[in-house]
Amino acid sequence: MEKLDLNLLKEIALMDSIPTGAYNIRKNGGSAGRFSTESIRIESKTDKPGIDINIKSGTKGETVHIPVIITDTGYSETVYNDFFIGDDCDVTILAGCGIHNCGDEASRHDGVHTFYIGKNSIVRYTERHYGEGEGNGERIMNPETVVYVGEGSTIQMDTTQIRGVDSTARKTKIVVGKDGFAIINEKLLTHGNQYAESDMDLILDGENANGRIISRSVGQDDSKQLFRPCVTGKSKCFGHIRCDSILMDKATISSVPAVAAEHPEANLIHEAAIGRIAGDQLIKLMTLGLTEEEAEEKILAGFLGE
Amino acid sequence: MLKINNLCFSAGEGTERKDILKNISLDIKDGTFLVLTGPNGGGKTSLAKAISGIVQPTGGSIVWNGTDVTDMSITERAHAGISYGFQQPPRFTGMTVRALLQIAAGGRTLSRIDCCNYLNKVGLCAADYVDREVDTSLSGGEVKRIEIATILARGSGLMIFDEPEAGIDLWSFAKLTETFRDLHKESDATIIIISHQERIISLADEICVLSNGEISQYGSRDEIFPKLIAGEMSYGCQYMRKGD
Repeated sequence: MEKLDLNLLKEIALMDSIPTGAYNIRKNGGSAGRFSTESIRIESKTDKPGIDINIKSGTKGETVHIPVIITDTGYSETVYNDFFIGDDCDVTILAGCGIHNCGDEASRHDGVHTFYIGKNSIVRYTERHYGEGEGNGERIMNPETVVYVGEGSTIQMDTTQIRGVDSTARKTKIVVGKDGFAIINEKLLTHGNQYAESDMDLILDGENANGRIISRSVGQDDSKQLFRPCVTGKSKCFGHIRCDSILMDKATISSVPAVAAEHPEANLIHEAAIGRIAGDQLIKLMTLGLTEEEAEEKILAGFLGE
Repeated sequence: MLKINNLCFSAGEGTERKDILKNISLDIKDGTFLVLTGPNGGGKTSLAKAISGIVQPTGGSIVWNGTDVTDMSITERAHAGISYGFQQPPRFTGMTVRALLQIAAGGRTLSRIDCCNYLNKVGLCAADYVDREVDTSLSGGEVKRIEIATILARGSGLMIFDEPEAGIDLWSFAKLTETFRDLHKESDATIIIISHQERIISLADEICVLSNGEISQYGSRDEIFPKLIAGEMSYGCQYMRKGD
């Protein structure tokens, strides 16, 4: 594998080397490596691009890496990955896409991930999106994630896009069943003329279903962001949306959270705040010895949990 | 030695312009524990902010350890050993208490145990707080105590605390006064505390009463404290609160 590939893999899947456990590395539409374990079987789809990941009931403590990298300028693809996770599992899935575009044509990856989670399982799903390259060609990523959370199961979805992606339209839909729990942590930083939009639909559809959306974003330069997180309560449930954004330079951010109760015992909250870095935050850190620029960096790093 | 010479500070424009500090002069020897007290709006916070560089004085000078710091930036003064604990500290969404303490400590790496020690000194159960974010989930009193912990972690030669008692419950307040007493006993730092609390004022070596932008009383604790207790000061309403 080339150094460029390793850089991208490190950014998106925190991989320094070939990972332990199951993995599938996709590069420019082809396979750059695959490994299945006794409990986790990865197979190519036969009807369309993508893979099926089957995780046996009772699988605990295993990790699956499924990064995608694109280094050919002008390459465009839509990939479908389906995860079938049994009962009583406790697994971590690391996905993400890295594009290095050194040419003038747009490179684009649209990934559709669908999760079917059984009963009483815990799934941590992390996806990172990253772009780089000195070319003028756009780096475009449109991830779509659909999750069905079974009875008593939990999904923690951490989705991060820090720098380098020119355009993204992300769609997330999570349906949470009885006693299930879903938490989405979204972190996004746009700069230059980038555009990002994120639609999230969290549907609480089972007694005592619980869901949270925590979105933090930073808009820099002339970039634009649009967030539309929505929680729908179809049962006795608790849902909470919290969106915080830091506005810098001439960036624009729209945050349109929505809550919809379709059951008398649905308890739903939304909060959204957009603002610049407060002067007293900068001053406080300057009194601790940082310059204004260093203070700003620390505030952003803390905000985005870097 | 902190020497404040004829310090003036005015704010506002035109007819709205107001003199906040009027020719303030103070010589504070190294290692002194000075309490700044006086009625609200008397200029205490403005003086603290002028010393730490947050507001720029309109006249006079500030000399710290032989260096004129009057035109230095906030950051330069922080590096020169001046620190200021805010009266109303800001919150930082996403930043953990530990990360904030680490920034305060500068180049010195803080272990988890170091962080816990600083938090214990301000009456916070460290294990519950060290990994928490300094955001709106914390109460005003909690943020205030974390603010004081940052100043302790910084360990500057000049530590200024602006109404450290504000918003703090009684148990924590007792712990805090103990911390200030120990800090004074165990370090060479010059400590300036803006306070209205009898228990903090009683710890001071020197007391300075600032009223209407001017020093109305300045002297040793033994000289000034009895007058404050007796309510002999003649600047309007009573401002000192009895500690419990």
